Amino acid sequence: MSDLPLIQADRAVPPPAATTSTGGRGRRLRLLSRTDRVVITLMVLVPLLLVVGLIWLPAVATVLLSGTNWDGIGPVSEIDWVGLKNYDDVVNIYPPFVPAVQNNLLWLAALFVVATPFGMFLAVLLDKEIRGSRFYQTALYLPVVLSLALIGFVWQLIYSRDQGLLNAVLGTQTDWYGDSNVNIWAVLFAAGWRHVGYIMLLYLAGLKGVDPSLREAAAVDGSSETSTFFRVVFPVMRPINIIVLVVTVIESLRAFDLVWVINKGRNGLELLSALVTSNVVGEASRIGFGSALATIMLVVSLVFITLYLATVMREDRR
Amino acid sequence: MTATLTRTPPATAPDRPRRPVRPARVVLHLFLGAVAVGWLFPILWALLTSLRSYDYTARNGYVSLGGWTLDNYVTAWKTAEFGKHFLNSVYITVPAVLLTLFLASCVAFVIARFSWKLNIVLLGLFTAANLLPQQALLIPLFRLFTQVPLPAWMSDSELLYDSYWGLILVNVAFQCGFCVFVLSNYMKALPHELYEAAMVDGASVWRQYWQVTMPLCRPALAALATLEVTWIYNEFFWATVLMRTGDKFPVTSSLNNLRGEFFTDNNLVSAGSVLVAIPTLVIFFVLQKQFVRGLTLGASKG
Repeated sequence: MSDLPLIQADRAVPPPAATTSTGGRGRRLRLLSRTDRVVITLMVLVPLLLVVGLIWLPAVATVLLSGTNWDGIGPVSEIDWVGLKNYDDVVNIYPPFVPAVQNNLLWLAALFVVATPFGMFLAVLLDKEIRGSRFYQTALYLPVVLSLALIGFVWQLIYSRDQGLLNAVLGTQTDWYGDSNVNIWAVLFAAGWRHVGYIMLLYLAGLKGVDPSLREAAAVDGSSETSTFFRVVFPVMRPINIIVLVVTVIESLRAFDLVWVINKGRNGLELLSALVTSNVVGEASRIGFGSALATIMLVVSLVFITLYLATVMREDRR
Repeated sequence: MTATLTRTPPATAPDRPRRPVRPARVVLHLFLGAVAVGWLFPILWALLTSLRSYDYTARNGYVSLGGWTLDNYVTAWKTAEFGKHFLNSVYITVPAVLLTLFLASCVAFVIARFSWKLNIVLLGLFTAANLLPQQALLIPLFRLFTQVPLPAWMSDSELLYDSYWGLILVNVAFQCGFCVFVLSNYMKALPHELYEAAMVDGASVWRQYWQVTMPLCRPALAALATLEVTWIYNEFFWATVLMRTGDKFPVTSSLNNLRGEFFTDNNLVSAGSVLVAIPTLVIFFVLQKQFVRGLTLGASKG
């Protein structure tokens, strides 16, 4: 609910800002005509209403609904406040919850421990201005332009039990997407395939931004290429590292498309995002219960979003 | 191998004096080449499968050569009604991208041009909105969309739910944050003297935005447009949950319906996948520089 006062406060912003801010900027603001002020207000207000109305208010509503027993059918007046009961149910009597959390964590671990370092390693290699670098880069980030839903289909051609390449080559009969013991790994491989290219791209940009004199100084001091990277280059890329960390966490939390096109996130492919969706759009419309699941996602993501904002805003002030 | 390698530097020295061929480089190229080919492989495999007849591959297995045909594309195009779904994607993507860039540039301009106390809060509100998990907002949005009526000429469902308008709005709301973040950083780097000169000339705030700032932001806008077109075209979740009529699905979400129709014919699945991938691949190869710049603009200041 903290969003509402902001909208109102915003309308009143120009005059107080003009008096409180100091120096040239204050004078400049006072010079603004009435039309200019209206224009500025509209320029901020219209997009703000859209973002607050379609994102922030629903986020608050999700949290509020998670404390109710609303089934989505009866009138709002019949909603009962049930406190933390939904959370209790989610954790204790909802069988897919634990596998979903495990899979989300597995997703995070796979992207963070395998795909991200590999993407960074490739970026370091490609940063060395070698011939054909353009070709290598293009090949690596090509999957990034494909949607994750499409990636599900592309990999089906490799994973399919009867017509897939993998079984044809290995002579096995595994249903890579269907077998609940292996399908999460098959999906993670496909997700990692796309993630590596993205991370490589981010680090390539980060490495270009590192002051070359730092490396020269380290080389003069007799530091090897590897130790220069870990002791000098990597720490300097701190903002990029944090952005990559946040992107990875958020991507693993939001992971959805891939498992949804395969089997709607069932039978071994449970994810929090898929559970929320099937609780709302599917047969059972359990609003309060689904909201409790959604709130868990929201809280985890907000922790990392705050970290992200703190990083980029600090960069901003420099 | 080693002998030739040690002998080559003097021979090639006149051409590339600073780069003698070293074994380490050869290993590097072999490694990167192998990774690159491995990375392209799934896409090439889809392409290859799509060009072969189902009967031939069923008889000889997929690890074989032959049975070349374009029939899969014809069949896929007809059964899946790709023409219609591509058009749906255009109806959603084009207005959404234009609206996102327009609204985001307005906010970014105000954030970059005027320094108010709430600037940082505004920037945070927009940027964070882009990072929230969409599924966490689904429940209230779903309820909201099924309550908001639209006139029949706007949507035959007469609701925001199951209409192009709803999808356009939700995509704009989500993508605004990223664009505000990138554009405000870009605009902050513009020289302040420009605006002082504009003020002296008596230019209104709107002219400072539209005629001074926007032309200078063309590179950033182009990069963002490229990226947003691919993202919104690729958007799967909102279209899946906020649309009901199969005919109105954009092409990415219609994929899910296709599988039911194609279920055992992987050659058709691959032809369908290639068709869906073509627009993004064309954008990627034609506007690669813009695409990459857009992605990295968000990560570091470009």
